[in-house]
Amino acid sequence: MSAKTLYDKLWDAHLVREEEDGTALIYIDRQLLHEVTSPQAFEGLRMAGRKPWRIDTNLATPDHNVPTTDLTGGIASIKDPVSRIQVETLGMNAREFGITEFAMGDIRQGIVHVVGPEEGATLPGMTVVCGDSHTATHGAVGALAHGIGTSEVEHVLATQCLIQKKMKNMLICVEGQLQKGVTPKDVVLAIIGKIGTAGGNGHAIEFGGQVFRDMSIEGRLTVCNMAIEAGARVGLVAVDEKTIEYVQGRPYSPKGDDWDRAVTAWMDLKSDADAHFDKVVELDGSVIEPQVSWGTSPEMVLDVNGVVPDPAKESDAVKADGIQRALDYMGLKPNTAIKDIPAEYVFIGSCTNSRIEDFRAAAQVLKGRKIANSVELALAVPGSGLVKQQAEAEGLDKIFIEAGFEWRNPGCSMCLAMNADKLPAGKHCASTSNRNFEGRQGAGGRTHLVSPEMAAAAAVAGHFVDVRDYLQGGE
Amino acid sequence: MDKIVKMTALVAPMDRANVDTDAIIPKQFLKSIKRTGFGPNLFDEWRYEDVGQPDSDNSNRPLRKDFVLNQSRYQGAKVLLARENFGCGSSREHAPWALKDYGFDVVIAPSFADIFFNNCFKNGIMPLVLDEAIVDGLFQAVFAQEGYVLTVDLESQKIIKPSGEEIPFEIDAFRRHCLLNGLDDIGLTLGHQSDIKAYEAKRRQEAPWLFSDA
Ligand code: SF4
Repeated sequence: MSAKTLYDKLWDAHLVREEEDGTALIYIDRQLLHEVTSPQAFEGLRMAGRKPWRIDTNLATPDHNVPTTDLTGGIASIKDPVSRIQVETLGMNAREFGITEFAMGDIRQGIVHVVGPEEGATLPGMTVVCGDSHTATHGAVGALAHGIGTSEVEHVLATQCLIQKKMKNMLICVEGQLQKGVTPKDVVLAIIGKIGTAGGNGHAIEFGGQVFRDMSIEGRLTVCNMAIEAGARVGLVAVDEKTIEYVQGRPYSPKGDDWDRAVTAWMDLKSDADAHFDKVVELDGSVIEPQVSWGTSPEMVLDVNGVVPDPAKESDAVKADGIQRALDYMGLKPNTAIKDIPAEYVFIGSCTNSRIEDFRAAAQVLKGRKIANSVELALAVPGSGLVKQQAEAEGLDKIFIEAGFEWRNPGCSMCLAMNADKLPAGKHCASTSNRNFEGRQGAGGRTHLVSPEMAAAAAVAGHFVDVRDYLQGGE
Repeated sequence: MDKIVKMTALVAPMDRANVDTDAIIPKQFLKSIKRTGFGPNLFDEWRYEDVGQPDSDNSNRPLRKDFVLNQSRYQGAKVLLARENFGCGSSREHAPWALKDYGFDVVIAPSFADIFFNNCFKNGIMPLVLDEAIVDGLFQAVFAQEGYVLTVDLESQKIIKPSGEEIPFEIDAFRRHCLLNGLDDIGLTLGHQSDIKAYEAKRRQEAPWLFSDA
């Protein structure tokens, strides 16, 4: 048997049938559902008189439209009627088809990509789908996870399978040791800065090397989350002892004999030593600096000590034009130092950085400090009710509130501003989310992607700064 | 999905080129939770005097009398006659959903935008490509004669005019098979049920923890 990559192994284990032209049916072990991309899929099932193939593989939770302020009114606290109906519909569909839903008010409700791993609903060796491009997140535990469209959501509901063609294999290897103050978010931003937003097109990316071996599972979730920003629909990290430890004892994790059998199977979920990758990219982890995005694409990213590019110095006319357009939108002049960019808004949240470790890390910077007067709004939005509960048990909420942050309820929030949390036009935001597209956080809003630590430091300074100047010795 | 084999239906003319999906169904309707119900908002901006919202009561909205689909002679049309590059722009699947919901089963045009073309098949609409001159002739015939109908026969791949004159058309064999048998992707995959079940049986042995109902 020839050597296989992790992706090859996961693919082979889920192959139901394959046509001569390579079109394949792969079996899906878990489908996560949220309110925006699922209603038409359920409607389609109803119209065709079809039932879900396996109800127990589906798990639903509303996240995109959920308000993060007062939730005591339940669904009625959603003011926009169209948003409210989407959330209500998810609940009605879940009840009609017998699918488990963590509804608003349930402590387990949150952003699907935070909830899945947290519940053990996404496990090593599974295939996971969701009508959401950031489904790649779940690859951090060694699952093959795809973001899919609404027609495909319906297809998976009805058949438990996805029609797919196999992707190519890509390895991103980051060796060495990260400097203090440099986080998983900085690693993935540095990778995207290097390979570009189309660098992973058509590939499943495996993240390998010492940096990822040393990284916590939550850190790996942050990295895989942004595989899509590097153009790849799939991001993966090999299973190791940390993965097993992370998964153990979670509500949906196997128990007893099943657990032992599962662990034996999972320990094989890594690429064989001589496996072939179609593309390999190498980075030295020890030289990665804290990152800040300056433009309107995640690849427009710089070291915190850098200066914004000058289109006049770019020889390629198309690139120069792209830089100019981004500068215009962001309201920045060429050669501006990153550290001179104000942070009028701060957002710590989203499926990239809203887990407990993210809040612990930001709290370390905020402890005993206050956000700058020039900061108009600083939001801390946990990824799930359970993250929020844990943070409060550790007293982190107090640190945020005392520093001047608003401590909110879980949801997607200002990551895409489908609820009431919107970044106003012209304002710069230090954001721990994953997309800095025009209008992403609100029409005309100017997003700068950073780590939670960097966002906290920017909140304190009122402009972007090197978080390493804010971390006292020790640690 | 409904089978499309042979149908005779009234034809409505959409006499402009490059009709984009934003015109077919404007973006404010994408927040909808349904795949059905887009019919009243098909061509919303061209059809109504005011700007429609997802929660508008469409029955009370002022109509643009001159818009083709508002004319009494085209009520009940199931065949839409269009110009080149029909369905360009955003990939929204809401566009074929709106056409189907309104009642169109067939769109005839000299050319279609790619994604829209594929989305039609996924949603039981037959997009037929005919020679520009032939489409032109059909437009003239539709304008000239109230109640102009066409028969579309997918089996024999022919359009038959009221005069009995036949126009052959090309269609991908696989797509034709799907339409004739009312198969969508889901229908096709369900055709492989035994493979899926065999996979599940094997997988249940290897990885029982993935089957919580075990
Ligand atoms: S947090 Fe943002 S990126 Fe993540 S699922 Fe929600 S909207 Fe999408």
